Amino acid sequence: MDLDTLLSFKWSVMAPEFIILGVATLLSVIDLFMKKEASRKPLAWLAGAGVLGALAAIFMQLDTEVTSILYDTYRLDSFSKAFKILLLLGTLLVLVLASNYKKEDIDENRGEFYYLLLSALLGAMMMASSADLITLFVGLELLSLASYIMAGLERRNKRSNESAFKYVVSGGIATAITLFGMSYVFGLTGETNLFLIAQNMQDPELLKHGFLLMFAFLITFAGLTFKIAAAPLHMWAPDVYEGAPVPVTAFLSVVSKTAGFVILLRFIIITFIAAPGIDSESLLLEVQPYVMILAATTMIIGNVTALRQRNIKRMFAYSSIAQAGYILVPFVSNSSLLFELIWFYLLAYLFMNIGAFTIIQVLTAQEKSNDISIFRGLFKRSPWLAVPMTFFLLSLAGIPITAGFVGKFGIFMGALGLEPAHYWLAAVMMATTLFSYVYYFNVIAVMFFRDGEGAKVSVPSGMAAVLAFCAVSTIILGVMPDLALDFFYGNFDINEFFMNIEAVDTHTHDH
Amino acid sequence: MNAWLLSILIFSPLLGVLVLMFVPSNDEKSIKWLGVLGTLFPLGIALVVLSAFKMGGEGLQLTEKFSWISYEVFQSKGQVSYPIFYEVGVNGLSMVLILLTAVVSVLAAIASFSIKQNWKSYFILFFLLEMGMLGVFAAQNLFLFFIFFEITLIPMFFLIGRWGYLEKEKAAYSFLIYNGVGSAILLIVFVALFMKTGTMNFEQLAYTFSLPQAELNQLFITKGFKMGMLIALLVAFAVKLPVFPLHSWMVRVHVQAPPAIVMIHSGILLKIGAYGVIVFGAGMFPDQFKSLAFVIGLFGVINLLYGAFLALTQTDVKRVLAYSSVSHMGIVLIGLAAGNEFGMTGAVFQVVSHGLISALLFFLVGALYERSGSSELSAFGGVAKRMPILAGVFLAGGLASLGLPGMSGFISEFMAFLGLFEKMPVLAAVGTLGLILTAVYVLRAVLAITFGAEKELHEARDLTSSERVPAFVLLAAILFIGIYPAWLSDMLRPTLDAILLGLGG
Repeated sequence: MDLDTLLSFKWSVMAPEFIILGVATLLSVIDLFMKKEASRKPLAWLAGAGVLGALAAIFMQLDTEVTSILYDTYRLDSFSKAFKILLLLGTLLVLVLASNYKKEDIDENRGEFYYLLLSALLGAMMMASSADLITLFVGLELLSLASYIMAGLERRNKRSNESAFKYVVSGGIATAITLFGMSYVFGLTGETNLFLIAQNMQDPELLKHGFLLMFAFLITFAGLTFKIAAAPLHMWAPDVYEGAPVPVTAFLSVVSKTAGFVILLRFIIITFIAAPGIDSESLLLEVQPYVMILAATTMIIGNVTALRQRNIKRMFAYSSIAQAGYILVPFVSNSSLLFELIWFYLLAYLFMNIGAFTIIQVLTAQEKSNDISIFRGLFKRSPWLAVPMTFFLLSLAGIPITAGFVGKFGIFMGALGLEPAHYWLAAVMMATTLFSYVYYFNVIAVMFFRDGEGAKVSVPSGMAAVLAFCAVSTIILGVMPDLALDFFYGNFDINEFFMNIEAVDTHTHDH
Repeated sequence: MNAWLLSILIFSPLLGVLVLMFVPSNDEKSIKWLGVLGTLFPLGIALVVLSAFKMGGEGLQLTEKFSWISYEVFQSKGQVSYPIFYEVGVNGLSMVLILLTAVVSVLAAIASFSIKQNWKSYFILFFLLEMGMLGVFAAQNLFLFFIFFEITLIPMFFLIGRWGYLEKEKAAYSFLIYNGVGSAILLIVFVALFMKTGTMNFEQLAYTFSLPQAELNQLFITKGFKMGMLIALLVAFAVKLPVFPLHSWMVRVHVQAPPAIVMIHSGILLKIGAYGVIVFGAGMFPDQFKSLAFVIGLFGVINLLYGAFLALTQTDVKRVLAYSSVSHMGIVLIGLAAGNEFGMTGAVFQVVSHGLISALLFFLVGALYERSGSSELSAFGGVAKRMPILAGVFLAGGLASLGLPGMSGFISEFMAFLGLFEKMPVLAAVGTLGLILTAVYVLRAVLAITFGAEKELHEARDLTSSERVPAFVLLAAILFIGIYPAWLSDMLRPTLDAILLGLGG
């Protein structure tokens, strides 16, 4: 590749990524040259400005048509824009949590914290835009490696170390499984580009290898469930969530999970959509029972195990496993609503979960404990914390006039919409939702019905802003979901997702 | 003005919430009075709605419709949108229930004077609950109905769990889980109906399902699908009503919740179950409903007898009344199972009548509890001597409950059974046994309290003036309906006729 070809790419496609990369680099350099004792807190403003800048860049790209650069390995389409907005928004809120996180041994690593967060974000954004197995995998690894370090950021905290170690080991295993599956896909089709793979999947020669193809699907899918913390690779979540610093837990449960769904959609839907099954036309139809069982198992494991948790972070880990199970349901039904359902649910989930983690961070810091009893009498002590927390919990439980309800309603629409309707999957989802009432309402009961003698809880202004933003968004999206849906329908054309533009025009030469 | 009237009514309790926000939480007196005022306001608007409502008018009145949420789905036949509207309206049936809600809410707010702590959050939740109830009866599509239905659950959970008696949390959880099961089934049914038909509107759904089977086949709606949906709906509302064997949560709630909340719960919330069976069951799936009539009637009789038997053996007056509610809801089912004019009218009359009677009785039990600190039958005796008014009203309420002619309970029981005798005489004959039992357990409980040897109560004052208002208003309403039932039946006529037309008489 010579300089001319390099310059011929329409690099503006990557503007948001460049902003994040630039800011992350800048942060690491500044951190290196700053005095050791100097406070790293102001760096958060720089990081936040970077994320905001990237968000602004994406909004400016909204009208751009599908473009791809670097020989069709990197593309900007509606799908990537829609999900990058989620990733950026999530990271922005997590940054506020991170800058307010107080622990003795976090302060010396605060600079690292910020640029690791941005690096992880960069990886996630790359995943959203990749159209090639290689870039997809590089993005995934960038996100993973940065997350591993962040989990262990509290160097003198045993739990945090344990968390990081477990995360690395299980993450490594998951990566190996994913790669193993991908290698079959590559072997069978001879391509790494997702669209070329999809093309080659229609090769009649492949009909003979239906079984291998199925195997490849099962393995890759299982490997990719790691990031979204769904069965069978969900076991890491409780331990990692418990030990990691709260902002990192929030990041893992929201941004990293979103990225996990992004890669699932990108890889599974594009490459396998035309793949032949063992004895039918479509592989995706044949694997429906498999995905269904994974979704059901995830919901059951998450919701049932959460019932027994006393540790609020562990409880939220299982809750987040359960939520992943809900979001897997649209994968089974594969209706055309797939993208907006998942997008909307993840948006709702972003607000309710980060909101809840904001309160968890404030309370665990003040009470020096992770036990559910830190919520005792919160309504008396600090009603302005208890009321938003109630909204978040109601939303997680899927009670009306919250965003979570609309999200769940949409998932039901997807599950029951196409023939044959998946009644039993809907029933499992509803039944496990009932289980979730018990543990979500248990927190509510502790806040409202028990008396606690703890002091009034003070909330830093940044955290209060995040809290207010999340609470208001949770309610507004619950009352007027059309705000988000219209935005989605108005700006994103999901057909672009399947549009292979390699054949049309690879590099535009108009600069 | 009329264009917005119903929405103003539904959300009018929010004004109370708004005002209460600015009142200091320790100002007990203002909060309590604002609590009453906050429910008087919706009552006033409900009366305006009543005056705007054309008596005997057919179909829906005062309708409002706004587009709310729209999903766009790409299917093989092209892009199909699944719109969800905000649509409200009233017919005779919902008008009656809205009035009942507004009235009972005011009286329950007055009864809430006995609440001892945290008045501010109590009344805020109370208002939200009222909003939910008004919305449930005014909603004209499944989505809206479900939302308001759930809105009633959450405040109830708090009201029971925070202001109830000894085992309040257990009661709150059992309320939540049982009703959660009900609403879970409802949600699945509603979404399934929506996805099959593309609409959530009650009337459109009823119309769609009345199409000939050949046209329904194109929508993949089979007879089995209809039957499955109906059974699921019946089960969901059976939890709410409640129908044996799904009643245990309701007894627990009636015993543990504060009296004012039990008034609301037994007076209105249980009626949502009956309303649901009428509107969704009989209204949308008339053919299937008819073929299930015997089962429904059977459950009605079981409810009636089972509730009555257990009421007979209870030693706690709250439990007596709770089982009596189970028993009386059986009569609603009996009337519905008959499926003819008498039966239907009887069922709806029973809904209204029991709403008033149980609100009255639970209010009086609350008053008694406040005076004695107990609700055991053995703790009372000779109340009539020291508190003649309380005892008198209590006796009157008891007589209404056992169906004395001249009171509302008589009309409804009489008509429900008249209807059933026409259709299933054997079942009806067995059911009448329940009426005898009712007389026995009601008199046993009432007489044990009012007459007999006088027991020492730590505070033996008669009904205070603020307590007399709910007692007398409810009693007056019970007598009014008993003496002049035509007022109610005129209002209900067009709605019931439409449903009966579907059921084929």
